[in-house]
Amino acid sequence: MNPDLVKMIFGRLNLDALPLHEPILVGTFAVVATGGLALFAIVTYFRLWSYLWREWFTTVDHKRIGIMYMILGIVMLLRGFADALMMRLQQAIAFNGADGYLPAHHYDQIFTAHGVIMIFFVAMPLVTGLMNYVVPLQIGARDVSFPFLNNFSFWMTVGGAVLVMMSLFVGEFARTGWLAYPPLSNIGYSPDVGVDYYIWGLQVAGVGTTLSGINLVCTIVKLRAPGMTMMKMPVFTWTSLCTNVLIVASFPVLTAVLALLSLDRYVGTNFFTNDFGGNPMMYVNLIWIWGHPEVYILVLPAFGIFSEVTATFSGKRLFGYTSMVYATVVITILSYLVWLHHFFTMGSGASVNSFFGITTMIISIPTGAKMFNWLFTMYRGRIRFELPMMWTVAFMLTFVIGGMTGVLLAVPPADFVLHNSLFLIAHFHNVIIGGVLFGLFAGINYWFPKAFGFRLDPFWGKLSFWFWVSGFYFAFMPLYVLGLMGVTRRLRVFDDPTLQIWFVIAAFGAFLILLGIGAMLVQFAVSILRREQLKDTTGDPWNARTLEWATSSPPPDYNFAFTPVVYDNDAWWDMKRRGYRRPLTGFKPIHMPSNTGTGIILAGFATVMGFALIWYIWWLAAVSFVALLAVAIGHTFNYHRDFHIPADEVVRAEDARTRILAAGAQT
Amino acid sequence: MRALKLLALLPFAAFLGGCDFVVLSPAGDVAVQQRDLVVISTVLMLVIVLPVMALTVFFAWRYRQSNTAAPYEPDWDHSTQLELVIWSAPLLIIICLGALTWMGTHLLDPYRSLGRIAADKPIESKDAPLNVEVVALDWKWLFIYPDYGVAAVNELAAPVDRPIRFRITASSVMNSFYIPALAGQIYAMPGMETKLHAVANKPGTFRGFSANYSGAGFSGMHFDFKSLSNADFDKWIAGAKASANMLGRTDYLQLERPSQNDPVRLYRSVDRDLYKAILNMCVEPGKMCMSEMMAIDAKGGLGREGLNNTLPLTYDKYARRGAPLGSEPTFVAGICSMDEIKDAPSREITAPLDLTPLRGFGLKRPPFSPAHPSSTSLLLGQRPKSES
Repeated sequence: MNPDLVKMIFGRLNLDALPLHEPILVGTFAVVATGGLALFAIVTYFRLWSYLWREWFTTVDHKRIGIMYMILGIVMLLRGFADALMMRLQQAIAFNGADGYLPAHHYDQIFTAHGVIMIFFVAMPLVTGLMNYVVPLQIGARDVSFPFLNNFSFWMTVGGAVLVMMSLFVGEFARTGWLAYPPLSNIGYSPDVGVDYYIWGLQVAGVGTTLSGINLVCTIVKLRAPGMTMMKMPVFTWTSLCTNVLIVASFPVLTAVLALLSLDRYVGTNFFTNDFGGNPMMYVNLIWIWGHPEVYILVLPAFGIFSEVTATFSGKRLFGYTSMVYATVVITILSYLVWLHHFFTMGSGASVNSFFGITTMIISIPTGAKMFNWLFTMYRGRIRFELPMMWTVAFMLTFVIGGMTGVLLAVPPADFVLHNSLFLIAHFHNVIIGGVLFGLFAGINYWFPKAFGFRLDPFWGKLSFWFWVSGFYFAFMPLYVLGLMGVTRRLRVFDDPTLQIWFVIAAFGAFLILLGIGAMLVQFAVSILRREQLKDTTGDPWNARTLEWATSSPPPDYNFAFTPVVYDNDAWWDMKRRGYRRPLTGFKPIHMPSNTGTGIILAGFATVMGFALIWYIWWLAAVSFVALLAVAIGHTFNYHRDFHIPADEVVRAEDARTRILAAGAQT
Repeated sequence: MRALKLLALLPFAAFLGGCDFVVLSPAGDVAVQQRDLVVISTVLMLVIVLPVMALTVFFAWRYRQSNTAAPYEPDWDHSTQLELVIWSAPLLIIICLGALTWMGTHLLDPYRSLGRIAADKPIESKDAPLNVEVVALDWKWLFIYPDYGVAAVNELAAPVDRPIRFRITASSVMNSFYIPALAGQIYAMPGMETKLHAVANKPGTFRGFSANYSGAGFSGMHFDFKSLSNADFDKWIAGAKASANMLGRTDYLQLERPSQNDPVRLYRSVDRDLYKAILNMCVEPGKMCMSEMMAIDAKGGLGREGLNNTLPLTYDKYARRGAPLGSEPTFVAGICSMDEIKDAPSREITAPLDLTPLRGFGLKRPPFSPAHPSSTSLLLGQRPKSES
């Protein structure tokens, strides 16, 4: 066949793109393909496709979208963690002239993919999922402001994840580190598809994240229940508001900087090249102007979760609500003034470096205040050590270490000796695992009964907790030590044999974390099997304080039959105390948004377009882009966007709950 | 202070017989001062971190549900006094740390020439710094000694107690030049120059490497830094002079091509302007230097005619293939010859010679003028001689 024609049809995609020569990848593919086929077979056998399509894929219900985000995050956690295990193993054995089992070509992709996946496709979906699920319930809303947009945002995130996962088996991923600094990531030094997968994976997912940020900001600003003034919002809602403001303000910067990089790579502009007036440091600045707020995007909701959990399980009002809110807002603002601390060592002057060093340290003041607030919430409380509270205490003890090393790294002369070392790696895993991930686990254990109507199994949960926490310390404390020995990050082989023992300990820690993840998956399975014993009939299994616990578990589609009225920042606690009675009559039809398949179709076209651009299949990119526009415009003519849940259906649902509550009260 | 340092090292010392904590026990004065900052800041923060951790454990234990003897105040959620403490305690620590940061950052600015050889050894005029030009290549290091006209790949030597003035750039991608025993790192970036001042106080062989991932050969991108006595250093230079290798521009273009785990190589002579050409990205014959381009642009540029002053690129570093949709890659042709690149007088940031610690009594207000970077800090003005 005419090679020009083949090139026109397939771009640079050809059979060589399949990594058939790499046994590890072929094995992985076999496992993934078998698993995927099995899943496909099961879904087909039980005829679940149409159910999934109608009730889940096309849903605009914030609760279901939230759950789908969580599933995406957990699935991607497995991939990201597999990368981590492979790195730990490579670093534990590549000593004394041994080359390890990963060639540079593969190893460099793994550490890039690990970072990208963990931040964008694990932490972000989990955080967004929890916010999506909880925020509308906490503010007494029926749904988010733009339910269709919410569905679209989710599927765009999935689209990005699909592109990144595809790079495993078709072509390759970037070999640049997770932020893809040019000149290394520019066409001159990374001519293959890896960086293009990176760019389009993040661009597609980034659209979703930005839109979901706008959506949640609007939701929190406009849809709060009557009486819920800003200073009566639950702290988790506050931190979500700040996080989404950060998303809206910072993700466009990421989109822009990646767009500039793709212009460099696709049409030969010179924004970040070495010559022709380009400057790679511009990229480094821009990407960190997004990147530092991103850290707070992840950690603020975790702070919110800890606030809810501490107050609930201490059986006490949150200490210093006002200062907690101000601390959150101050962190939000300051997070924009610190980006340069990621590259003190790029030769900025002493005054610039000290400015950014000191602004960074200032962030530790509100963060410290938050820590004290949680501490004094526990003070004179009655602390129940259920799983969410265990994660919270583990967080408090772990996070202060990470915070301390963070402030240390904010001192520029100290950073000069520790920058890019394993000390830095230990630091940010210390805050991201010890802060964000522990927070997410606390949140998952805390809100799971709300979402599914039964609690998570405590035995396997505790097992997972102890494996995770001890695994974390085993995996990352050695990295602090190695950093002080001057060992830098992203090395593939080592020649100093005295270092090996530390890497072996770290690998052991990673293995413990593996057990922790395994125990967590077993915990989900066991809880589903034991769901009758773990059932929550009250809707308020923890004797909690905020509005989401006022409705049933799981909540009905419409969340609240009547919009609650709020008088206190612990609204549900206040209602319980004042002897609140659920309305039993007078239900009206409820106005709800309709499901639509447009979101998944649009995201599908966007993903295809990303794939086509990665492989230079121009015709396909053009076709999918036109299709994207056509579907988007077509959707504006869809006038069947809402419906009413009839009053008698509401009555039926509410009566069922009344019966369950009555039965629960008798036993 | 010394006691504190030892204290901080204690937990490590307990089980780390053979380990080399080079960041905590470096061999150069700059790195020693940076280490001190690491230790002092850690101790300062422990002042607040340890009580918080202890309180967490204590409260978690004392107010557990089963301990009904402990008081329970479900509605207590505010105390102005406590809030004041909560905000001011971290604030105080950060004020101290901030002051330390401001001073330390200025004193240890890598661009600033050294003010002392070691804590007890002020710098003297005879200590003329050793100039070393560092180029990060794919994936090896090139060190040029302009004072001696020699060069070395993957080996760096310097005499003990003599200040070293590094000029650092890179050929293709970003790297970071780091010798933990000597001084903190600084990035090596193509088309840009960074500077580092350092001094080694102990003889020995130390490890240097790139601290910023730069591609496939990154793991092998390390070198030995040899801190030698004066006599040994002279011998090393003589050894370099005795080698057969020369480093001209064509040799350099050969050398800069990617290679991994390169052996040490010494060069007896180096093209006089090679470093400047690397920095200005015009080692290839006929290519316009960045400095020249900038000078032209500063005068308004070549105008539209400048568009024609490009030639097709046949080889740029190693992998440039051009963007799929852009025009073919080109480069700007040089107008002047290399000889016309003149030394631009580079502005040095010099440290005040007298570094007697400022004690806070009888201090004159130091002059503040941003034109002299050394005195941008109120704390760093020169102390009048008469008072010390």
